[in-house]
Amino acid sequence: MKKRHLFFAALAILLFWEAAALLAAIPILPAPHLVAAVLVRELGGELPLHFAASLWRVTAGIGLSVLLATPAGLALGQSKKADALLSPVIWILYPIPKVVLVPVIVLFLGIGDLAKIAIIFLILFFQVLVLVRDQAAAIPSQLILSLRSLGAGRRALFRLVYLPASIPAVLTALRQSVGTAIAVLYIAELFATRHGLGYYIYFQGSTLMDYPAMYAGIVAMSALGLGLYYGVDWLERRLCPWKRGG
Amino acid sequence: MIILDSLGFAWPGSLPLFQGFDLEVGRGQTWAILGSSGCGKTSLLTLIAGLLHPQEGQIRIDGERVVRPRPGTGLILQDYGLLPWATVRENAGLGFRVRAFYGPDGVHAPKAATMTIKEDMAAEVDRWLLRLDIASIADRYPAEISGGQRQRTAIARTLALGPDLLLMDEPFSSLDALTREDLQELTLELCREGNLTLVMVTHSIEEAARVGSRILVLGSAPNRKALVVDNSAFGKGLGAEYREACGQLRGVLESVSGTGFRVGGRA
Repeated sequence: MKKRHLFFAALAILLFWEAAALLAAIPILPAPHLVAAVLVRELGGELPLHFAASLWRVTAGIGLSVLLATPAGLALGQSKKADALLSPVIWILYPIPKVVLVPVIVLFLGIGDLAKIAIIFLILFFQVLVLVRDQAAAIPSQLILSLRSLGAGRRALFRLVYLPASIPAVLTALRQSVGTAIAVLYIAELFATRHGLGYYIYFQGSTLMDYPAMYAGIVAMSALGLGLYYGVDWLERRLCPWKRGG
Repeated sequence: MIILDSLGFAWPGSLPLFQGFDLEVGRGQTWAILGSSGCGKTSLLTLIAGLLHPQEGQIRIDGERVVRPRPGTGLILQDYGLLPWATVRENAGLGFRVRAFYGPDGVHAPKAATMTIKEDMAAEVDRWLLRLDIASIADRYPAEISGGQRQRTAIARTLALGPDLLLMDEPFSSLDALTREDLQELTLELCREGNLTLVMVTHSIEEAARVGSRILVLGSAPNRKALVVDNSAFGKGLGAEYREACGQLRGVLESVSGTGFRVGGRA
């Protein structure tokens, strides 16, 4: 995507918003310049704290899922037996919308950070697991034979083939599901917490009726999603240069 | 150099491919293994490479029984076996990386490491990139180069480790005719230069007649006695003698396969 195109697209969205606010002229749709002013004001207040709380939950959830799902996916991808045993379980659990488990997880893990991290972990875990497993299973047997003939045993194959092969799968999984993870984080942060962007948005909108501040929270949460998405995209371009142009 | 001593091998649940099979390949010779699909030619090569194990008999190379891949044996396969995320140079240096990974342990790498200094290894890789005419594409990825260039990369990777035996499994069958002929010639040249023993598996009569001074013809399983054709046309160009050798090979192949065998294709 060209930077110039992105700039014009952002400008068009802002103009549309501005025009809509002007035409509607109601308090629940403040104009973007008003929201921007409040955002700047709130950045000096409590907003960064809420942003940090959400960011921590997402990154901890991502980290945990990648750390656990990658080795599990590699193991399943290499062992037909283990895959045959576990893939029916994954097949059943994978499509369940994890958001419906939010109340259950809150009941079990309480209202602290752990419950929120667990939700994000659940969403990402299966995505990473499935993509890494498929990637590992798709490694051509001729590649493995070639490496073995060069003297590679299990450890060298893991380090030189399976581990690097899992990187693009992990990044694709993250790119696909980071958006969902943040959406579900929003839901999770509505439950009995005093920190996080979900709480902030809800509190500003429903309790304080400070609509520009509510919109500032929405902008902050959008920035979190966009930032993570493009962060993953950037990592993919840096770590997988062989995929460029193809 | 290679001795197959009453070799017996079967895939689980199928007819044995080899039973009491004997063969001797001398040092510096170039051999082709010819046969139709399913005759066991790839299995035989994989056995010699130490990646499969015979149920009966044994394989010895230079007097040593083959039980695992041997550092002096280079294996080259049809689909190149290159890492898609590594450049041509990195792929060509992969053998050295594997050896550096274990150190000279005598199992994964030779005990007396011929090369231990990183710069020496890099120089050796560069030398082979130049020799195989792929130095100009050293920083490209496999997806960005042609099939012929990929196979050259695989050959560079294998030869950089200084093998004395080169095993090739239909290495050029997915390449176009001109590239294939070019690489057949190059392979023979490289074998002469390094006094390498070559065993190349092929399903093409023309390729067998071109690269094999001796040709092992495999028939339908089980193979019990080695049928070896001495190729009098070897190294004498592509004239009448070569065409005659192709015709003779075709006759032999038809007699052992029991099916019609099209020249240049699979049965």
